[in-house]
Amino acid sequence: MRRILSRFVMPKYGFKVVLGMACKVVEVVFDLLTPVVVARMIDVGVRNRDSGEVMRLGLLLVLFAAIGYCFTLVCQKMAALVSQGACTDVRNELFSKVQELSSADVDRFGTPSLMTRLTNDVNQVQVTIALGIRQLIRWPFLAVGSMVAALLIDEELGLIFLVCTPVIGLVFWWVMHRLVPYFRQLQGRLDQVSLVTREALSGVRVIRAFRREESEGRRFREAADAQTTTAIGVGRLSAILNPATLLVMDLGVVAILWAGGARVDAGELTQGEVMAFVNYMTQTLVSIVYVANLVTVFTRGEASAKRVFEVLDCEPAVSDKGLVPVPVSDATLGSGMAVELERAGFTYEGAKVPALDDVTVRLGAGQILGIIGGTGSGKSTLVSLVPRLYDATQGTVRVFGHDVREYPFEQLRGIVATVPQKASLVSGTIRSNLCWRNPDATDDELWAALQVAQAADFVQQKEGQLDAVVEAGGRNFSGGQRQRLTIARALVGSPRIVILDDSASALDFATDARLRQALRGMRNQLTTIVVSQRVSAVMGADQILVLDHGRVAGLGPHRTLVRECPLYREICLSQLRPEEVDA
Amino acid sequence: MPNPYSATGGAATMVATVRGDMGGGGNDRNDLGQTSGMPAGQVLRRLGAYVRPHAVSCVLSFVASAVSVVGQLYVPILIGRAIDLIVGAGQVDFAALAPLTVRLAVVVVMAGVAQWLSGYCTNRLTYETVRDLRVEAYDKLRSLPLSTLDSHAHGDLLSRVVNDVDQVGDGLLQGLTQLFTGVITIVGTLCFMFSISVPVGLVVVLVTPLSILVAGLIARRSASSFKDQQALQGELGGYVEEMVGNQKLVSAFAHGHQTEEGFREVNSRLYTSGEHAQFVSSLSNPSTRLVNNITYAVVAIVGCTCVITGAPSVLSVGQVQSFLAYANQYMKPFNEISAVVTQVQTAFASARRVFALLDAEEEVADPAEPEHVEEPRGELDFSHVDFSYVKDKPLLKDISFHAAPGERLALVGPTGCGKTTLINLLLRFYDVDAGTIRVDGVDTSQLTRAELRSLFGMVLQDTWLFEGTVRDNIAYGVPDATQEQVEDAAKRAHAHKFIVQLPQGYDTVIGEEGGSLSQGQRQLLCIARVMLADPKVLLLDEATSSIDTRTELQVQDAFDRMMEGRTSLVVAHRLSTIRNADCILVMRDGHIVESGTHDELLARGGFYAKLYESQFDR
Repeated sequence: MRRILSRFVMPKYGFKVVLGMACKVVEVVFDLLTPVVVARMIDVGVRNRDSGEVMRLGLLLVLFAAIGYCFTLVCQKMAALVSQGACTDVRNELFSKVQELSSADVDRFGTPSLMTRLTNDVNQVQVTIALGIRQLIRWPFLAVGSMVAALLIDEELGLIFLVCTPVIGLVFWWVMHRLVPYFRQLQGRLDQVSLVTREALSGVRVIRAFRREESEGRRFREAADAQTTTAIGVGRLSAILNPATLLVMDLGVVAILWAGGARVDAGELTQGEVMAFVNYMTQTLVSIVYVANLVTVFTRGEASAKRVFEVLDCEPAVSDKGLVPVPVSDATLGSGMAVELERAGFTYEGAKVPALDDVTVRLGAGQILGIIGGTGSGKSTLVSLVPRLYDATQGTVRVFGHDVREYPFEQLRGIVATVPQKASLVSGTIRSNLCWRNPDATDDELWAALQVAQAADFVQQKEGQLDAVVEAGGRNFSGGQRQRLTIARALVGSPRIVILDDSASALDFATDARLRQALRGMRNQLTTIVVSQRVSAVMGADQILVLDHGRVAGLGPHRTLVRECPLYREICLSQLRPEEVDA
Repeated sequence: MPNPYSATGGAATMVATVRGDMGGGGNDRNDLGQTSGMPAGQVLRRLGAYVRPHAVSCVLSFVASAVSVVGQLYVPILIGRAIDLIVGAGQVDFAALAPLTVRLAVVVVMAGVAQWLSGYCTNRLTYETVRDLRVEAYDKLRSLPLSTLDSHAHGDLLSRVVNDVDQVGDGLLQGLTQLFTGVITIVGTLCFMFSISVPVGLVVVLVTPLSILVAGLIARRSASSFKDQQALQGELGGYVEEMVGNQKLVSAFAHGHQTEEGFREVNSRLYTSGEHAQFVSSLSNPSTRLVNNITYAVVAIVGCTCVITGAPSVLSVGQVQSFLAYANQYMKPFNEISAVVTQVQTAFASARRVFALLDAEEEVADPAEPEHVEEPRGELDFSHVDFSYVKDKPLLKDISFHAAPGERLALVGPTGCGKTTLINLLLRFYDVDAGTIRVDGVDTSQLTRAELRSLFGMVLQDTWLFEGTVRDNIAYGVPDATQEQVEDAAKRAHAHKFIVQLPQGYDTVIGEEGGSLSQGQRQLLCIARVMLADPKVLLLDEATSSIDTRTELQVQDAFDRMMEGRTSLVVAHRLSTIRNADCILVMRDGHIVESGTHDELLARGGFYAKLYESQFDR
């Protein structure tokens, strides 16, 4: 929280914060004066039977309330301006940071966690700032102020406050302190109840088929019992809070009345002042209750602020800071070696075995490379090294003769376009989805890309064509259509290398074949890498890389591999008729 | 009053997955919304049945809270009287003050103890009732037919068992207690006030509605600006979900700058609306405080005037003090009640949803005198089976086939032709509309479901693993299996190799959704589970569709070994996996259109041959 203040709040909104808090102080001062005014009403007005004085003092109270209200309005406005303003800045900065993160960082945080940090956590911080301005000063000031006012009226009687206030605080601290771990446990227990229920629903067929209804029922009962026990424990503890604090306060009042009686009898205190004491006592209790609430809000705010800063402080694992564009001419981009992997390897953070190990491949400009292998063989990992979504943990990756780490991201990812496994469209229009690589692409360019991606037909039939609406996740398109649109998206902005990461799996064989045909037709300007589980998708490539558990099991054209690579032959035989394998 | 700071929707939105092939419009069979019109009285009566076992807690809780409220309201009166005894120097009546303070102390302690007791009893009552209700709701889930479960979003059912039951606890049990407390506080305050002075009491009573009016006015204004803000927050959330969800893609396309601009734009709109909403709603507390303070001032003026002039009523200084205390507290129960009322309303809705679940029609009971399969051989027989998930939309029509013990049967056909349904019927997840299914000559409806299901082993396309160790997941069907048996099954399913590479091997805890395991690995665990259970008949529904073809060959090999001597029924998309079945049943539009071996069917050149060729089309 402190860092949020020093970085986002104070530099830009410092004045507003101070103004807001100062206004709050004025209101509190009026609140503190009220019991004194009432005491005067009794001691002067009533005692002297002066109705006019009573009226004057009463109107003063109304005036206090009105002025206090005006000041509070200023404070509330400042709180809204500061908290919303600062958190808008936090959100913007956080979002930019998330965009900078490398894939490894995103994996580490987890996508859902990043989303929560951007939304819920920032909101929590915002609530904390707002409450901080509005209440942080109010309640402690009121509690301490009541105590001070009491001491000012009468030192001896004021001592009762010096005892009661800390005792009430202590009761709160003791109960809350013990409740917090309980709350955490309670949440855990409730999660367990919900987990067992969810499993009972998602696994209903398996549970019934294995006749495990009884044992699952026992599991649920245990979870429910555990949750009940904890909940009752929490209840038992929190049931103490209100009566205990109220008791302390009321006993304080008893003490005030008794001791106050003696002071009044001695003529050192007036009746009205005793009343003021009683009223201050009530105010103190209310204040402490609010302070305790504030503590919970601030603890949560603190946790959220920490989670926000974890992201803001993250140094991206892959960065292009300080890199200047590599001077490559159009001629270089059309010739020589397009992609070279030199003994490249990659190990995911925390993994024991490398996902990719000692891979060497050279791919000339205009060539097509097919990559095939089972699940978890490292195909996707390999292709994400080329646009530097991950940095190879060993060996080097070069694109058109330069190490990928020499290119700024904009340049590298302008040259290399990726079509991911999961066809993701975002809400907007077809055009806005296609223009990712080049915001100024012309209609002709877009249609050309759609043509190659075999998507022109269905886009033409859509109402609005290029401006047809795409809903979130592209859910108004079929799986195959989404895939073709993502392929088209990669082709806009004239990339030199395009990577299809198992991205034609939802296409039928005929469309898939036409797509490959069209890509082959662009080979004078395009180098292609096709990752697939389908033999038919890679059979026609210039080279096929066969991966097995992250290692190269074979590299060469289809004919050679069928003869020389047993693994490749096995894969072929599992998908094709024998006569097709050898054709 | 909408509270801007309440945690926003804690429960994750569950994505409902109802498989079209199975569920669809099962609603006409069992609608869980039927009881939505249940009158409030009936809801309370039914709830009463759950409270009855805890009646002592319940009664005690109400009595204690009444005692505590009256005690607390009596305190200002006693304080007032005490103040009247402390008039000035030499005018303090110690003889009367001493017993009065003692009395005050006693009342205070009593009220405190009663308040604690009431809180404690309410908690016990609430949580124990919640537990009972929850266990019953869960047990109900177990006895519901699959048609009901398939046709309802699992998220909805889950939230009935978890959230709704909690709501009933919070709202109806705790809420009603608070409502009770609130009402007697108001009534009590009124009685005490009017017993001292009717005119001053009237001041409090008449000014109070003003405060409620102000609060209501602000609430209405802030509600509309909150709606705007919420809409924008939803928009921002959606944007974040898309862009952060696709972060890898966005960065692969170096598309970040454009994305950021979009975000800033939504964010700045959110700022404007959020600032406004927050300001308006933050007026609520100070405004009611303003009205309260004014009430306080008016009570002080009128009270003091009464003391001086004796008109409109005779009042002592101490009684003015009592009134000031009441004026301060009088608003509190109103605020509490208005908060509780919304809670109680949602709780009623929740209670109706829970009761609707409890009232749902249960699965047809097992026969009272079930037959037995004496010596299971694994013979299957379908004769003239009709079935439909939705009335008027027949899915299976006149299905008849026979599988001799040990035979391998394969089912093929286009999506939605009813292949999976056959498995549902065989295990009696659903019951046939007409015709009979026999296992080893016994009609399946004459067997207990437990016995019937013990004959089968099933691997489905959707892998299901529960949160627990790898070992527990494999031993799901045979909880007392030894480590050797588990490992042996894993080896036969080609899962042993990757299991030992996991951080804790067989003791690795895997999450509900399989955690870090790949789809293929999860499927291998499910296969190992069936391998261990060693059933008479194997049912494989697209069991290998998520495994790559090479691993599939190995698993197939394991299956082949396991199928030896067992009857098996295999549903598959990939025709390559069923080539060596003894008999292939080709289904189309709910009928079996062809049957025979792979070679026979190819030679026939019918529908199967066309399906087979189509996968090599290019």
